[in-house]
Amino acid sequence: MTILVCAVLVLVAVTGTVVVTTRDPKAQAVTLSVYGLVLALLFFALQAPDVALSQIAVGSALVPLMVLLAVRTVGKGVGKGRDAK
Amino acid sequence: MTRRTRLLVFAVGGLGLLVVLVIAMAGIPGFGGGLHPYRDRAVAAGLAQRTPNVVASVNFDLRGLDTFGEELILLASVLGAATLLRTTRTERRREPPAPRSLPSTVLAGYLMLPVTLVLGLDVVVHGHLTPGGGFQGGVVLATGLHLLYVAGSYPALRRLRPLDWYEYGEAAGSGLFALTGLAGVVAGTGLLSNLLPHGSFGSLLSTGTVPLLNVAVGIGVGAGVVVLLAAFLEAEVATR
Repeated sequence: MTILVCAVLVLVAVTGTVVVTTRDPKAQAVTLSVYGLVLALLFFALQAPDVALSQIAVGSALVPLMVLLAVRTVGKGVGKGRDAK
Repeated sequence: MTRRTRLLVFAVGGLGLLVVLVIAMAGIPGFGGGLHPYRDRAVAAGLAQRTPNVVASVNFDLRGLDTFGEELILLASVLGAATLLRTTRTERRREPPAPRSLPSTVLAGYLMLPVTLVLGLDVVVHGHLTPGGGFQGGVVLATGLHLLYVAGSYPALRRLRPLDWYEYGEAAGSGLFALTGLAGVVAGTGLLSNLLPHGSFGSLLSTGTVPLLNVAVGIGVGAGVVVLLAAFLEAEVATR
């Protein structure tokens, strides 16, 4: 049990670092989604399935989707600003 | 404020936080220990209300007011996001472009759409028996609905998603939660008290008000997330 928790903790640290070092926000939304799944795995290993379910739904589906849509909308605005100049 | 002063203020604040955190962490029980005073009381209280999923009992029965606060936080944030993302005067609405999904994506999307919706409903209605509940199920339902956008097209999603009704749904979910809470005041047992019969352990219609509140949260959260994502989608897909 302890070995499992330790292994998943290491996995959380590794994927978290990958999210931080990903520079492109679009790619970051994808790595964030994977990080959300790994975090859900940790909650499951720590016997908190309710929290794991919330984490899967929000952390690996809803938030990356909102980030992607926001990045695309902001990107459109930047293009428009340049045209105006 | 110069950069130096800012750094100095940060150093003082950071050092203070570090000291307080170390003192606090030195006092917490060890990881995975056997001493859980809150667990012992919460499990006993949850089982007394015949709720197999004690987490649901804590969320909707023992600490129902906290959950109502969270429901209202979500309502407020959806309102705020919808206000910020409204179509402004400088933007123009446009016809959404035709989607270019891979055939495999379309197939997977249409296969997963009904499965996801049934799974979401299952997670909502069994929240008091198995892990899950109104919040988790509501988010699954709302995000699952958007498989229609991934697999099909934006007009298809719009037809299945009369946004007015989702706005009413969000208000109705929060309202149902509030009314269930106020029913306890009228009955004289206290705000958000579990006044319905508890039923037999493990059956679908049991544990009193917990499934009712789960359904209220499921409607509120599901509709709220749809409204939230609609605001983002309209800003990205249907404006220029």
